[in-house]
Amino acid sequence: MPKLSLDELKAKALTIRKHIIRITTEAASGHPSSSLSATDFVTALYFGGFMKFDPKNPGDPDRDRFILSKGHACPVLYSAMCEAGYFPFEDIMTLRKLGSPYEGHPNMRRLKGIEASTGSLGQGLSLGVGHALAGRLDKRNYRVFVMMGDGEMGEGQVWEAAAAACKYKLGNLTAIVDQNGYQQTGATRDVLDMGNFQTKLEAFGWATQTINGNTMEDVVQALDCAVTVTDRPTAIVSQTKKGFGILPILEQEGDLNYHGKPLTPALAKKAMELLG
Amino acid sequence: MYAGEISGLKLGKATRDAFGDTLKELGAELPNLVTVDGDVGNSTRTELFALAYPERGFNVGIAESNMVSVAGGLASCGKIPVVASFACFLMDNAFDQIRMSVAFPQTNVKLVGTHAGISIGEDGPSQMGIEDVALACSLPGLIVCVPSDAACTKAATRALITHKGPTYLRVGRGKVADLYPGGLKFELGKAIETRPGSDITVIANGLMVAAAVDAATILAKENVSVRVLDLHTIKPVDREAIAKAARETGAIVVAEEHLHHGGLGSVVAQVVGETHPVPMGFVNVGDLYAESGDPQGLLDKYGLTSENVAQRVRETLARKAR
Repeated sequence: MPKLSLDELKAKALTIRKHIIRITTEAASGHPSSSLSATDFVTALYFGGFMKFDPKNPGDPDRDRFILSKGHACPVLYSAMCEAGYFPFEDIMTLRKLGSPYEGHPNMRRLKGIEASTGSLGQGLSLGVGHALAGRLDKRNYRVFVMMGDGEMGEGQVWEAAAAACKYKLGNLTAIVDQNGYQQTGATRDVLDMGNFQTKLEAFGWATQTINGNTMEDVVQALDCAVTVTDRPTAIVSQTKKGFGILPILEQEGDLNYHGKPLTPALAKKAMELLG
Repeated sequence: MYAGEISGLKLGKATRDAFGDTLKELGAELPNLVTVDGDVGNSTRTELFALAYPERGFNVGIAESNMVSVAGGLASCGKIPVVASFACFLMDNAFDQIRMSVAFPQTNVKLVGTHAGISIGEDGPSQMGIEDVALACSLPGLIVCVPSDAACTKAATRALITHKGPTYLRVGRGKVADLYPGGLKFELGKAIETRPGSDITVIANGLMVAAAVDAATILAKENVSVRVLDLHTIKPVDREAIAKAARETGAIVVAEEHLHHGGLGSVVAQVVGETHPVPMGFVNVGDLYAESGDPQGLLDKYGLTSENVAQRVRETLARKAR
């Protein structure tokens, strides 16, 4: 359970961003922009002292759980877990290749440490409710973190789960909405405007904060606050930019969504320079 | 007249009641057993468990998608979640959740579809699970079981819940004849020879096993010897018993309370085609949605009767190579 300083966390996020670019460009497919928006948050979770985990004992029943419900962003998960010591970098370079367990969306049967097989949007929060209920039944002290996308919030099942979490007062459950503002075909506000997520989640009984999710200070502060709440579920609406870290490239390419597109090797080289 | 009556079988419990009783029994033996309900626990009979073990019974409301995925999460933490709802609301409504939170990750979730078939009766077609077996059988790694009577259901419930891996149990609303008053030897994936016979085999599951036994009784008077196989487990299917029946009796009729496509009939036909092709006939709901009505009236109108099984046997026998 590493606990890095703010500066170290920022440096770690840069490393993870570079991994994301490298592995998706090598795969010549995947979702780097959706991974980059979530990178600061995932980095803080794994390295900011908010999750207890042991890469050598991924099945520890007392571990904290992170469920990436927006499964297409798994490059950020694989990269963070790689940095945390679950697997070596050369392994995650096989992303999306035939025979590789680093599939296009997380597959818990093929990779230890992956908490849920996701990719059909909308199911992660319900799975998290299950983990949280089990933790309570077993009197275990773990916390369950579930990250969703803002487009994913259009799935009705998310709100079924939100209501159930409130009914059972799941103080050991924290949801993160990575609100990067885009989904497959355009801006989330144009495709299906869900309005204010904080207001909605609060109406469902969740203690909710809205933050700038690409500012490490904000992320750490929000998590510090969330983990103190134990009488009801907590949510963090993490306002981010899709492709954060390489925005100049997305601007230059004239596509601020850049959904499901890897960088070409030439653009990836530029991205590396940009990330330093 | 209920199926089995012609053969002198006594009307017993509904299979959903046998499931509910067994679940409650297992609650005392398995501390990790939990239920996740979509607010129909008093219909599915999971209520018996939830009342006995309130801290282990979760009612998540009328939200089947969430219900199934919550169970997936519980199973990932070592719980044995039983998720019961009407077969149509469970299997049809939450199919993707069953795919992604149960079948694909192979979580140890026990799905139970109750009120299956048209024999739910007056509530009508919107409540009739008649696609569920096809949907369940399509999912890799899911065990699919359709027991025929109370004793078979008791054994099946115990076997499925103690099995490690995802399973689907299908039970019905109304009372059915007791086929095994002397007890039965139940093994997942192994057909039961309910009646011996040599001229033709009727392979059935659910309440159609009793109709098949009646058909055997009717046809015995016509000097036709009908073997009846209770194929309670559709997946993994007992290929050996099916191939043996085809080889030894030379003709097969399949009877089930399900749509024509994708159910027991389709599964048996594949095995017969691959092993020992023989003439086959089918008794099922057909390719249609039924209507409201009293359960026995519906079974009669839509041909799920002992006499109709007997008639299909006669027709299939006529096509048998001499």
